[in-house]
Amino acid sequence: MSAVDIVDRPPPPPRGWPRRRVLGYALLALWALLALALVWFLVTAWKPEIFERYAPSYVDGVKVTLLLVAISVAIGAVLSVPIAYARMSNNKVLAAISYAYVYFFRGTPLLAQTFLIYYGLGSFRPALESVGLWVFFREAWYCAIFAFSLNTAAYQAEILRGAIDSVSRGQWEGAAALGLPRWVTLRKIILPQALIVALRPYGNEIILMIKGSAIVAIITVYDLMGVTRLAYARTFDFQTYLWAAIIYLVIVEVLRHGIEWIERRITIHLKR
Amino acid sequence: MRLSLRVALAAASTAMLMLGAAQAQEKVLKIGSEGAYPPFNNLTADGKLEGFDIDIAQALCDEMKVKCEFITQDWDGMIPALKAGKFDAIVASMSITPERLEQVDFSHKYYNTPSAIAVPKDSAIKGVAKEDLAGKTIGVQGSTTHFNFASKNYPDATVKPYPTAQEYQLDIANGRLDAVEDDIVVLTQWLDSPDGACCKILGQPSPQPVEIFGPGAGVAIRKGETDLANKLNAAIDAIRANGKYKEINDKYFKFDVYGSES
Repeated sequence: MSAVDIVDRPPPPPRGWPRRRVLGYALLALWALLALALVWFLVTAWKPEIFERYAPSYVDGVKVTLLLVAISVAIGAVLSVPIAYARMSNNKVLAAISYAYVYFFRGTPLLAQTFLIYYGLGSFRPALESVGLWVFFREAWYCAIFAFSLNTAAYQAEILRGAIDSVSRGQWEGAAALGLPRWVTLRKIILPQALIVALRPYGNEIILMIKGSAIVAIITVYDLMGVTRLAYARTFDFQTYLWAAIIYLVIVEVLRHGIEWIERRITIHLKR
Repeated sequence: MRLSLRVALAAASTAMLMLGAAQAQEKVLKIGSEGAYPPFNNLTADGKLEGFDIDIAQALCDEMKVKCEFITQDWDGMIPALKAGKFDAIVASMSITPERLEQVDFSHKYYNTPSAIAVPKDSAIKGVAKEDLAGKTIGVQGSTTHFNFASKNYPDATVKPYPTAQEYQLDIANGRLDAVEDDIVVLTQWLDSPDGACCKILGQPSPQPVEIFGPGAGVAIRKGETDLANKLNAAIDAIRANGKYKEINDKYFKFDVYGSES
């Protein structure tokens, strides 16, 4: 029997208008209608005076959001390396500490962490002053970066650990058989393969941070969401929120495409 | 299966019909309030609303012979929730301002107290004039008349808006703020509590323009509900006249918060 014989051909597409097809088109029409309604709403709700008055603060808000996420993700990336290392370490104490860290920061809401760091630590002002840390924790902006960095470090450590684990043990053993030091093995053999695996989750983490950063106004750092709420409080116009949603969407789309582009570049050698 | 589903549906719809009938018999006025603005509105330990606003609302409902039902709502979403029909009236110390009047209608005021500024006890700030607070950081609750006033009146200061009064109170106690601005009654209540041990009232800014603060706090209702507005106004006048207002007032305050008769 040749291979061709056992291939099941897909059934021919049904003719006419079976129920499923009607339903599909109806749903599609519904979505299209919703999209149109949204566009229509934005066009009719458009008020130049609101735009003129609040556009500058939206620009500031976007800057705050992007800067906050960029700095936090960068610091988190640096922090995640030792945490991931400790997580995979054979040393029981190190592994336990890093496990507890990841457990805590992944298991509690970012909002609670940010609140605790800003208002909670703030009530230990004398102690912080005596060790000279108050200058840092006095500023809401630093507190936000601190909280966000610690949070994303926990997630990134898990991404890194998972990615390194995904490279088969045989690679380590092969490198060891060739007499390569562990560090060189990690840097030249394991990480290049692991980072391909890690890229998508990293992208997701950045996107989640962008959306997660919307809570930061609670500690008076006015990001995109914060300025939106202030604008809404003055205008009571829902388009303020719609604009924020659209800006978030654009940021996330740009990021997603950027990450896809990077992925295409670094997986060229895997394409057949 | 089919049959039991039908029976359940029929039962559910009958129940709903009966519920509707019950509602028609006893009119319920749903009232939204914030619950983070003591002594005007606050949450008890078990999550119920209490305070001056709530007592006044209850008295107004009694006067109008309707049943009150209270709903807790974040300050920022108060007016949208009213417009969306989540409740029928806002009794949450909401000042009657021109901006809000574009969105909702108001009853007459049911109280009017001035704005004041509080500072840490060891503060070197001398007065509440524009120059005294230049370069300082002032905490306020966001989306309030106090925020609007502080931004306008103290252009050389940094005005930090907080989600609720509790957060700026925490932050001035922590030493991150040089001053806070809010309703004098709210500030006094906080300063009298253990949490307010850090700070003192510095003074009242003057003048306090009506175009920012409005004539006082009123009951907000959806636009066009003139019938309800008239009933509320009559009820406010009635409790002012029959001593109920004074009774509630004296439960919370040492002076008449109604302000000048208008």
